[in-house]
Amino acid sequence: MAKPNMAKEKVPMPEQPAEVRNKNFEEVTLGYTKEQAMEEASRCLNCRHKPCVTQCPVSIDIPKFIMHIAKDEMEEAYITLSESSALPAVCGRVCPQETQCEGMCVRGKKGEPVGIGRLERFAADYQREHNPVTPDKPEPNGKKVAVIGAGPAGLAAAGDLAKLGYLVTIFEALHTAGGVLVYGIPEFRLPKSIVEAEIQTLIDLGVEIKTNMVIGKILTIDELFEDGYQAIFIGSGAGLPNFMKIKGEGLKGVFSANEYLTRVNLMKAYEKNSATPIMNAKKIAVIGGGNVAMDAARSAKRMGASEVYIIYRRGMEELPARLEEIHHAQEEGIIFKTLTNPTEILGNEYGFVSALKCVEMELGEPDASGRRRPIIKENSEHTIAMDAVIMSIGTSPNPLIISTTSGLESNKWGCIVASEDTGITSREGVFAGGDAVTGAATVILAMGSGKNAAKSIHKYLNK
Amino acid sequence: MFKILSKEFLNPTVVKMQVDAPLIAKKAEAGQFIIFRTTTNGERVPLTIADYDREKGTITIIFQVVGGSTQELSTMNVGDCLADFVGPLGTPTHVEGLKKVAIVGGGVGCAIAYPVAKKLHSLGCEVHTIAGFRNKDLVILEEEFKNVSKTLTIMTDDGSYGTKGLVTTALEALLNVTPYDEVITIGPLPMMKFVSLLTKKYNVKTMVSMNPIMIDGTGMCGCCRLSVGGEMKFACVDGPDFDGHLVDFDEAISRNSIYKEEEAISREANCNLLNKGGN
Repeated sequence: MAKPNMAKEKVPMPEQPAEVRNKNFEEVTLGYTKEQAMEEASRCLNCRHKPCVTQCPVSIDIPKFIMHIAKDEMEEAYITLSESSALPAVCGRVCPQETQCEGMCVRGKKGEPVGIGRLERFAADYQREHNPVTPDKPEPNGKKVAVIGAGPAGLAAAGDLAKLGYLVTIFEALHTAGGVLVYGIPEFRLPKSIVEAEIQTLIDLGVEIKTNMVIGKILTIDELFEDGYQAIFIGSGAGLPNFMKIKGEGLKGVFSANEYLTRVNLMKAYEKNSATPIMNAKKIAVIGGGNVAMDAARSAKRMGASEVYIIYRRGMEELPARLEEIHHAQEEGIIFKTLTNPTEILGNEYGFVSALKCVEMELGEPDASGRRRPIIKENSEHTIAMDAVIMSIGTSPNPLIISTTSGLESNKWGCIVASEDTGITSREGVFAGGDAVTGAATVILAMGSGKNAAKSIHKYLNK
Repeated sequence: MFKILSKEFLNPTVVKMQVDAPLIAKKAEAGQFIIFRTTTNGERVPLTIADYDREKGTITIIFQVVGGSTQELSTMNVGDCLADFVGPLGTPTHVEGLKKVAIVGGGVGCAIAYPVAKKLHSLGCEVHTIAGFRNKDLVILEEEFKNVSKTLTIMTDDGSYGTKGLVTTALEALLNVTPYDEVITIGPLPMMKFVSLLTKKYNVKTMVSMNPIMIDGTGMCGCCRLSVGGEMKFACVDGPDFDGHLVDFDEAISRNSIYKEEEAISREANCNLLNKGGN
């Protein structure tokens, strides 16, 4: 084999210039060419102990797929990826690789780690564009499994179960499958055509997707068992938005990030002729500092807002969003107002938002979770003119399924109690994973839990 | 896909449709709603379930043509299919244990009040219905209400049918003579507000069916939030029925006007499209 490429830095990935992309919804990063991918792939040392794999929630054989890319064996690279991942084109784009696979990469000790996410994305995109094949339907084993929720956890579980020969039906409440991949993460980070293509792969495997099905309302878990499903996986996510409980949250122009992003992404309010309206605000405050806050802020900028603020009660260092997303947001002109917390939203005589009243914060001693607690600075109250406020301070699981299913245990946060490794819940034959169990987390953790649950459903139905 | 099985204009702007939706029909209860999309490019719009037939597997919707999407729906015909139809959503109206109830419906809100009246009647409750309309041409469901009510009072703003005046006038007359367990009111927000203000004076429990702007209708966005007794509630999951004496109506009225301009543009665009189609 050729000598590894010892360049300290990753092969840069082309992207749209910030001043161009903050006015359109097209994908920001453009992906590697074949030559760039092969050059980056040759930076991998093919370590025998594979530290990168230990940190991948779905245990992709990373050195193996990268060696295939380096040798121009693109189809083999894709096959290796799909042995472990149901949605490689998605994960290559949205995983926080810096704290997962790339965080453990040996090359990262003296320079930048290998661009594992970029290479995963390249292999999946290349396959879709150059060699689209319909996978063979596995031999059916005659057993039926229901999956509730077509988000990352449900899609991963469904994919693995279908490969094992199960007859899988996914029940999705919205009119489009994908969960947060279609209503939450914006087009400019994850093109919806890519999500559709990956879901089509599952349908080709034999997975049936029923949309417009709100489980807990149209059918209950018990009725699914009566209909002949022998096991059920709940991947219903954490979609219930939190508000701050401050004065003025009922004003026109106050949105949850879920509402704002659902209008923009799922209902395509960014397209000029969309039937779904969205408020065209000029000065927008996004409250919160996670990835969802970055998505909402960057979407608002693209919708034509002149000033978009991220308002966060801790400092820049503490922002929970991915570093890459924070950089992208800064380049696009998002204004970061950290160590600031809203206390009230003010309105005009027509009931629209007019301003945000805030206080400044300083960081005190670390609390039980190890994070420094923000404390209000005295006499720091100030008011900033705004015409919209987007609340992005987290979400909780929707209580609908828990409240309509007997014997399904939940904790004080409304999360379903389930084993992390197996997805086993307090109810026989019912498994759960993803945000419905953990509360809001990441796409790849949800996928990992879906895969674990698929394994344990297989075990359960074959004992 | 959800096929339209029947279509009828109840008055010039109110349409009744039966839609094939067997799974929803099996579960639907009075007070619940569905969300539809006409086409895969459409917006999601909530409509209350006006009736259901569990055996035939049908859901009846009654809607007023007020904007782009309802206009589009009103031009669809028997045999056409709706892209999406999801439900039953929301919490059913609480009807158990009620012996004597006044139902106050306003305009197309009567279509929502009707299944509640029907349900109460079937449970042996004495139902007194007051239905208010702007004028005679807009009166709907008169026969249907008669069949499930002990008394039916029809009010019109201009006196062209029934008694001239507002529903609150008729309700006050009834409240003066009859002790009701509950008043249930469904109609425009200002009407429900004034009914609630009136019944508060009489100390009669009053349930209102709220109609805020919705998107998903499953509790994931909070667009439909209301202040009820000082607490934030999501109408799509906690309601749509709430205690009228606790609802902040002024906030609800204000919130419903957020997209007034955009709605006007969409209505206009649809009108132009339809006019062109006619030429």
